[in-house]
Amino acid sequence: MALDKSEVEKIAQLARLHISVADADEVANRITDILALIDQMQSVDTDAVEPMAHPLDVVQRLRADEVTETDHRDELQTLAPEAQDGLYLVPKVIE
Amino acid sequence: MIEKTAAELSQALSSGEISSVELTQSYLDRINKYNEELNAFITVCEESALAQAKAADEKRANGDASPLLGIPLAHKDIFCTNGVTTTCGSRMLHNFVAPYDATVVENFSAAGAVMLGKTNMDEFAMGSSNETSFFGPVKNPWDTTRVPGGSSGGSAAAVAADLCAMATGTDTGGSIRQPAAFCGITGFKPSYGRVSRWGMIAFASSLDQAGPLSKSAEDAALMTNVMAGLDKKDSTSIDKAVEDYTATLNDSLDGLRIGIPKQHFAEGLTAEVEQGIRDALSEYEKLGATVTEVDLPNNHLSVSAYYVVAPAEASANLSRYDGVRYGYRCENPVDLEDMYKRTRSEGFGDEVKRRILVGTYALSAGYYDAYYRKAQKIRRLIKNDFVEAFREVDVIIGPTSPHTAFELGAKTDPVTMYLEDIYTIAVNLAGLPGISIPAGIANGLPLGMHIVGKDFGEAKILNVAHQFQQHTDWHKQKPNFGQED
Amino acid sequence: MEWESVIGLEVHVSLSTKSKLFSGTASEFGAEPNTQANIFDLALPGTLPAFNEEALKMAVRFGVAIGAEIGTRSVFDRKNYFYPDLPKGYQVTQLDFPTVGKGSLTITLEDGSEKVIGVTRAHIEENAGKSLHEEFSGQSGIDLNRAGEPLLEIVSEPEITNAEEAVAYLKKLHSIVRYLDISDAIMAQGSMRCDVNVSIRPKGETELGTRTEIKNINSFRFVEKAIHSEILRQQEVIEDGGEIIQETRRYDANKDVTTSMRSKEVANDYRYFPEPDLLPVVIDESFIASIKSELPELPDTKKARFMDEFALSSYDAGVLTATREMAEYFEEVAKSCGDAKLAANWVTGDLLALLNKNDIDITDSPIQAQRLSTLIGRIKDNTISGKIAKTVFESMIDDSADVDEIIENKGLKQVTDTGEIEKLVDEVISNNPDQVQQLKDGKEQVLGFLVGQAMKLSQGKANPGQVNQLLREKTKQ
Repeated sequence: MALDKSEVEKIAQLARLHISVADADEVANRITDILALIDQMQSVDTDAVEPMAHPLDVVQRLRADEVTETDHRDELQTLAPEAQDGLYLVPKVIE
Repeated sequence: MIEKTAAELSQALSSGEISSVELTQSYLDRINKYNEELNAFITVCEESALAQAKAADEKRANGDASPLLGIPLAHKDIFCTNGVTTTCGSRMLHNFVAPYDATVVENFSAAGAVMLGKTNMDEFAMGSSNETSFFGPVKNPWDTTRVPGGSSGGSAAAVAADLCAMATGTDTGGSIRQPAAFCGITGFKPSYGRVSRWGMIAFASSLDQAGPLSKSAEDAALMTNVMAGLDKKDSTSIDKAVEDYTATLNDSLDGLRIGIPKQHFAEGLTAEVEQGIRDALSEYEKLGATVTEVDLPNNHLSVSAYYVVAPAEASANLSRYDGVRYGYRCENPVDLEDMYKRTRSEGFGDEVKRRILVGTYALSAGYYDAYYRKAQKIRRLIKNDFVEAFREVDVIIGPTSPHTAFELGAKTDPVTMYLEDIYTIAVNLAGLPGISIPAGIANGLPLGMHIVGKDFGEAKILNVAHQFQQHTDWHKQKPNFGQED
Repeated sequence: MEWESVIGLEVHVSLSTKSKLFSGTASEFGAEPNTQANIFDLALPGTLPAFNEEALKMAVRFGVAIGAEIGTRSVFDRKNYFYPDLPKGYQVTQLDFPTVGKGSLTITLEDGSEKVIGVTRAHIEENAGKSLHEEFSGQSGIDLNRAGEPLLEIVSEPEITNAEEAVAYLKKLHSIVRYLDISDAIMAQGSMRCDVNVSIRPKGETELGTRTEIKNINSFRFVEKAIHSEILRQQEVIEDGGEIIQETRRYDANKDVTTSMRSKEVANDYRYFPEPDLLPVVIDESFIASIKSELPELPDTKKARFMDEFALSSYDAGVLTATREMAEYFEEVAKSCGDAKLAANWVTGDLLALLNKNDIDITDSPIQAQRLSTLIGRIKDNTISGKIAKTVFESMIDDSADVDEIIENKGLKQVTDTGEIEKLVDEVISNNPDQVQQLKDGKEQVLGFLVGQAMKLSQGKANPGQVNQLLREKTKQ
């Protein structure tokens, strides 16, 4: 399946990636190549096959409801690009 | 001394022939001398390594005889290390000092191993040549114009060039085994769920698995003993008793049934690699094994299915890199959208962005069934192929890669690069254990043999690999690089 | 044209677990910003989820309580979108295989009639954090304390036809989750939130109209008002020849209108897929059975029992079982004083009036069940009259002393001493000769007046029965 620039733009928006006009063709072509590789899957009939989400055929473990963590805010906020008064700062969120 | 295996070093340490401090210093000296050329390490922890070595020597003096006590190792820079920069090969995390240890890191610390530093890798483990790292490509010590393989290329090169005794890696589609093959060392990917993923930065959650890169299968067994086990912090870590993987290394291979997939000895495989593997199979026959052909009819679809599953999972796993709580943030964002887009576009390299786009596309409305769901179904077929094959054989053997290490910059087309992993990817999709060991040298470059086991059959393939190394010396071959000492 | 509306509710309740859904971080309301945000909650690289058992049990408890099908194999999915309060860039939720499937609950309307509302599903998911928009030099502040808190999203069938039913449904849900002790469900604190889907169609039409979704309404009253206002808006739009656009709207309580939130998103595509860091959650029949066996008595059952056991009216039983705390309070009073009718009158009357007036929760009532029961006991044993009891009740609000002590200290004890009552009656007879004569002449109504005079004279303390009897005896002579 060939991907055009507008579709690339759409998925880039979903993924919050910026693709410059100069790169758009190149990106579209590369992805089209990859999709061609992927499309080889379509050669097999899988109607009767159960999808396999995970290599392990085991079930989820349950964690006892206990508080095991303590507050490390100050230490963790040293990692943040911008924080103030205990809050992470970002450009204004418009709702 | 630095060329020895961890098992040998362990003896030297316990006999008092050398101290961990001395040993650690020799590796640090070598790193100082050769890392600039190889670019195998992103971060070297000289001070803390020597402190750990000193502590290990003290423990030994107090009677601690843990096998890996005082042995210097390197961690792939995908494992979080408390207080040490953990970059995952990306600009996005170039300044990220992890505030906690990965379980794998913690396990090696508890075993008394000495951490020399963090090794270079393809960005977010996405690559087969180590050329996608933000910190520049790693060179193959066998030929520094060639790639070491990827994504655990820094670990593989470091072990091959004796910059450390052993190293950790991760393998999502072949990222331990292929660089091990290219660098002439042993690289082992345990079964999915055997080693905790806690603290190991995720690429594709249902495929990622940590494992050792080492100088022998015996070392791989020693390392797996330390790495494996239940970790309640990882819901996909399996609650299954850990065997002592060294216990069965010397079991006889008499009667071993080896399967060779006809699909792995077909078009695309270079003659010299095929010859190397065929010779190795004869060696096994001498040890009492039988070799029969097995059929993995859906193997050719593994790369296709993988390039849906892995990018899809990655597209979500990498959404957390948004410039809010840690890591890179673009300069002066004008608004929220701008912050997201520029942070992510500047913080991620091209290959990572490409895979995020592919994954996003595969999951997007209208394509889910044709791509993601289809890939999951193919995944089932691939797993079933293995289940069928293992009814007839105990292990499956083939080449790790179709060829030996290629030249830096030789593969610029992503699809060509993706096909690098044609023999290894199916194993990740099925969650099986696989090991690559050196099985020959062609045109001055090592070639790797791939041994695949049943679910949680790590002990068996380590045994099969070890026995080969007991009767051949391919794993002892060294590159000329750094041999002037 | 006559219109009818079709309403569906999506209600989020925060499950009152000690720790978060997938991490061991505390999940308390009102902590300092980001003090309940640890490495997993902040989505630090390499961190992984571990599923809280209690959240599962709470969800199943809810499912069993509404007679729902329980998903013996539920699967978590990732819902992908970018927002600063969503640290991982995806929310873990349950798309195709929720823990709770189809169930239903019965609502009671003002006129006493009942209606069954279907519940489509209830799934477990993570909460997001909070964006604070106060000025930080033009930036927003992100608090992730709430991020990763366990939520149960309860989705109703579009079987609600008006605002009254919607509120009754919400109140019933509120009551059930509180009976089950799985959530505080305090709308003002956000531990219960409601999204409302509204559409209208000409009466009798079977096709559904285009719906709008009103997000995040935080009180019962606003739900009612928002629905009213949205239904009116839709009618006006259609009657003016316009079309309803499928969109998300918000309710502005000040202006009592709903407004479009369209600006926020261009067509979202959440790219759901199974969460690979978690495995399918499998529960067996014995797990469900054990939760069933531990289920508390629920409002409907309790109401029926109250009607049966205490001979209460449907209305009283309904009021008394509206919350578990109320029911427990009442039952304690009723059992301890031995007079359910009187207990019901006091609880639904004076006590509720007191609580409502001061906006206090029954669990914080200044008059505890045991004290009210003692008070009622004193009426029954004739220590005080019903009327004096009201005075005692008033005193009990601010005076935490023993009921008997209050009666004693204030000298409110009923006078039952025949001699004293005789004195009172004599005084009344001598003060009111005209009325006594009228009574003697057969004007029975006057008796009430004379009894009243005697009571007044005794400051209400005389036993009215005794007064009555004596008056009759004395005026016969």
